[in-house]
Amino acid sequence: MCSTCGCGHDEQGAVVLKPGEFATASVRPAVGDHHHHHDNGHHHEHNTHILEVERQILDQNQLLAERNRGFFEARGITAINLVSSPGSGKTTLLETTLRELHGQVPFFVIEGDQQTAHDAQRIEALQVPVRQINTGKGCHLDSDMVRRAYSDMDLQAGGILFIENVGNLVCPALFDLGERYRVVIISTTEGDDKPIKYPDMFAHAQVCLINKIDLLPYVNFDVQKARDYARQINPEMIFFEVSATTGSGMQQWYGWLLQNQIKV
Amino acid sequence: MHELSIALGIVKIAEQEARKAGVRQVKKITLDIGHLAGVEFEALDFAWPLAVKDTVLEGAERVINKIAGQARCLECDKHYALHHLYDGCPYCGSYFKDIMKGKELLVRSLELLMSGQDQPVADAPADNELVTKN
Repeated sequence: MCSTCGCGHDEQGAVVLKPGEFATASVRPAVGDHHHHHDNGHHHEHNTHILEVERQILDQNQLLAERNRGFFEARGITAINLVSSPGSGKTTLLETTLRELHGQVPFFVIEGDQQTAHDAQRIEALQVPVRQINTGKGCHLDSDMVRRAYSDMDLQAGGILFIENVGNLVCPALFDLGERYRVVIISTTEGDDKPIKYPDMFAHAQVCLINKIDLLPYVNFDVQKARDYARQINPEMIFFEVSATTGSGMQQWYGWLLQNQIKV
Repeated sequence: MHELSIALGIVKIAEQEARKAGVRQVKKITLDIGHLAGVEFEALDFAWPLAVKDTVLEGAERVINKIAGQARCLECDKHYALHHLYDGCPYCGSYFKDIMKGKELLVRSLELLMSGQDQPVADAPADNELVTKN
């Protein structure tokens, strides 16, 4: 249960790990208990006053997201928020992309997981600058965690920053990180009705990668159906059918990536 | 379950507004939440007591205006009820749409409990709460 996920909003919530610190990532106690005392010892008459505040509940995340976006654009960095359910192959897809496009683009990665630095270690092995965010009980990244993660990274102009969100097809949908593009990944080992089961995630993404396409002969996944469902929510969705392990279809994804990155 | 994040966002807004007004308790909070905003109302109910404990919202009455989805078809320009993000236009079948209503996620109003002589002061210092503490 991630009922304490909001604790990640507090300063001491999510933990950002740099290379050299990945080994220290471990299960840690939930944080975020907030104890402040309100003295209610006054006994005079009360009256009430109605305040029309009309404030967006997520305005703080949104403001910081816009700040991140401005920072990335000014620096000529293309930030991509990768979202999917756990196990759809986000990290493998990322590894293949980084390996195949090595030398063509400066890459940077922020990994988001509740626990462990396993993913960051996989990225570090490819000599790509990486930070790991451990959200603890948190079920999504937010714009402040991302700001803290990139603030001491030496992001280069013309680079691509991949932000691999926590594997979760629900919660990350609501939290803008300041990315330029949101890419949602589904795999053929999941149901082809994922898009209409989790429509929010598909509504906010520009690109949908259908991964593990090499397993199609063994699974009951109708690619056309998945595309049709996703287009019901987002008629302008761009699709790539790929296999991160065999490399099938990856060239088209790379083509899109290179074409759509910010030119400096 | 991001609803605790949502609830904590609500608490933050209430705390800021109450502090600005120089009060320590909210009697009632009114929220506008659309059916298509991505918020599970039951999960919000579950998270609420955890989020409001020891805050200005503890014990406050909570009213949620649940706002039904409405879309405008970008092909035929007709308005229609949008129950799900994947619904198409019932008139022409197009899925190209503008969502007019149902994505709301905001704190509409706060009913502040004023103690006897306190009046709302628009430009009260931010640390007013500390000043008035015993």
